[in-house]
Amino acid sequence: MKELKILAVIATLVGITYYGIEPYAHHVMHPEVKAADFTFGDLKNVDTKLAGNVENGKTLVEANCLACHAIEKAGHPAMMPNADSAASYGVVPPDLSHAGRIYDKNYLANFIFDPVSAMHLSHKYPVGGTKTFPMPSYNWMTPQEIMDVVSYLQSVAPKVADNAEGHKVTFEAACGRCHSMKYGQLEATTPADVIKAYMGATPPDLSQYIKSRGEHYLHGFINDPQVLLTGTSMPRVGLNAKAQEEVIAYMEETGDRKKAEREATGLYVMIYTFVFAMLAYLWKRKIWSEVH
Amino acid sequence: MAEFKPADSLYEWFDQRLGIDKFVKVMMTEYWIPKNINFLWAMGVLLTVMFTILLVSGIFLLMYYKPDMNMAFDSVNYTIMQEVGYGWLFRHVHAVGASVVFLIIYIHMFTGIYYGSYKKGRELIWISGMLLFVLFSAEGFSGYMLPWGQMSYWAAYVITEIFGGIPVIGGDLVVWIRGNFYVSDSTLTRFFMLHVLLIPIAILGAIVVHFYALRFPHVNNEEGEFFDFDKEADKYLAGDKKGSKVVPFWPVFLSKDFFVLGFFLLFFFYLVFFHYGFAMDPVNFDKADNLKTPAHIYPEWYFLWSYEVLRGFFFEIAGISGKSLGLIAFAFANGIFLVLPWLDRSPMVKPANQRPYFKYWFWFLMVDLIVLTIFGKLPPTGANAWVGFASSVTFLLLFIALPFITRAEAKKVGGK
Repeated sequence: MKELKILAVIATLVGITYYGIEPYAHHVMHPEVKAADFTFGDLKNVDTKLAGNVENGKTLVEANCLACHAIEKAGHPAMMPNADSAASYGVVPPDLSHAGRIYDKNYLANFIFDPVSAMHLSHKYPVGGTKTFPMPSYNWMTPQEIMDVVSYLQSVAPKVADNAEGHKVTFEAACGRCHSMKYGQLEATTPADVIKAYMGATPPDLSQYIKSRGEHYLHGFINDPQVLLTGTSMPRVGLNAKAQEEVIAYMEETGDRKKAEREATGLYVMIYTFVFAMLAYLWKRKIWSEVH
Repeated sequence: MAEFKPADSLYEWFDQRLGIDKFVKVMMTEYWIPKNINFLWAMGVLLTVMFTILLVSGIFLLMYYKPDMNMAFDSVNYTIMQEVGYGWLFRHVHAVGASVVFLIIYIHMFTGIYYGSYKKGRELIWISGMLLFVLFSAEGFSGYMLPWGQMSYWAAYVITEIFGGIPVIGGDLVVWIRGNFYVSDSTLTRFFMLHVLLIPIAILGAIVVHFYALRFPHVNNEEGEFFDFDKEADKYLAGDKKGSKVVPFWPVFLSKDFFVLGFFLLFFFYLVFFHYGFAMDPVNFDKADNLKTPAHIYPEWYFLWSYEVLRGFFFEIAGISGKSLGLIAFAFANGIFLVLPWLDRSPMVKPANQRPYFKYWFWFLMVDLIVLTIFGKLPPTGANAWVGFASSVTFLLLFIALPFITRAEAKKVGGK
């Protein structure tokens, strides 16, 4: 079949070109980096095998954390409005209600021990430097005490539904102090000028990040920003795999809201077009049988 | 004035006034197309359909798009993509259609080159076609700026900057095109005007000229055979449909085109719904920021080959800067296809594979264009820059050599 041969030649030329300008070019411009690590295996200051004591953790939290942090879900509201606490600390200190649920246990324990090293921000807060991270290191606590705090935080964290509402709660807890989500009508809780001064640049609005960065990039980036964007002032936030999935799901639900409609409509249009193509083929055969 | 009899039917009433019967004959049922053709002859109809799809989807987008640098991005990505019912569908169709239309244009164009459909009376078909190519390029470029994303902004910046290389007037010309010293709101609004008004009107006009240019020299066929269309048409009308070398545009030619169109649309809609990333670059989902240059700036795929010719010359030769050389080569590359009918000195109108020398030239050109396209996207560093240089020089040499190659071919085949 001559026509099929022509089609094969064109398909080959187009295929080679496509491979060169899409998969290959992307591979060159964005080389693979190490895979996301949800064990946060580089953090080894606290022995996380120790079983925590929730009661003791509660006492420790009340004595050490509540001066700055709210835990709404345990009945501890914020000490001052967001704008004031942002002005005091540079950024609104997180409400710890969801900390035990969204952060990896190992990360959380090691964060309490030393926040800067856990966040991979020692380039921003070098030892002996002029800037200090607002939260001090609790390296004077024993590993047992730290695990007690972690257990307490895990015990107070409420469950959230696995739907758009729940994903939004996770996003707000994990990202919402710095990042806005205009298309989801979410504004960062830290005022824009304050967060800009604190971070050195305004953290981007994430409305279209599911499209501009894509799921694959976000998956690696959120896990450890330094790997894909060396020197960025965004901290490693230490989300566990499930919380990160929920964050990305929320980004898709706001940034690519019509995905389900697109895929369903696509299928119908394809079926319709296929029927048209088959009818056109039959009609063509009938018409051309008269002239050949 | 002619004498009008009272009409017996509504149809006749119109026919008396508009000559519908005659018009349908001239345009459709007695517009003769050679029978000896393959599916590549359907590309013209595919392009007409694609242009219609772009026009219609564009009209819908136009109802919600805001040509203002503070509103454009959200009007596209929020209002159209999320708020308007099926707005996303029109945007996807428009963006993917704009990319795919160039694929078909290139196939259409290289079909013409392969079968020699640009000479011996068909020069104006070729020239009006190349004019359409230029207009579509301008339409594609101006439209790409409208979503006001990072790639919109920086591609516009780089491409308008090219005009700065023109001697004497370059600097002023860039400011004149942008309406400002940098790409700004004034640039966006004027490109919007070009995209939705001036260029589409020019395209419609050029399409009419292109179609009309086909009428007298007639469509070429698979063997490049010249025959008497009137005689073959008479044969067909007398009932010898199988013996005639021609078929009418309607229904015979179009029945085949619809069949090709059906399968093409299947491919097109697959891209629209499930595989659109190639036409909607992720970088463009970041809003334009004139203080933040993206790590890699590249034009859409269909401009890559000429973009690579532009940047292929990256060093000074004989006292002329690489930038100037690139610009000269770029101007050459964009203009040279226009004069192809006169560069080809061989009288043969045959498919390339039957032409002793031309066939090598043709396939060499195809390979070179693919290399240029691929390296046009890759970062121009290290070996890539040299591949770009070599393939750019090759491109120029191919066209400089064409008259000599085809003259030698003419001698070999003895003027046939």
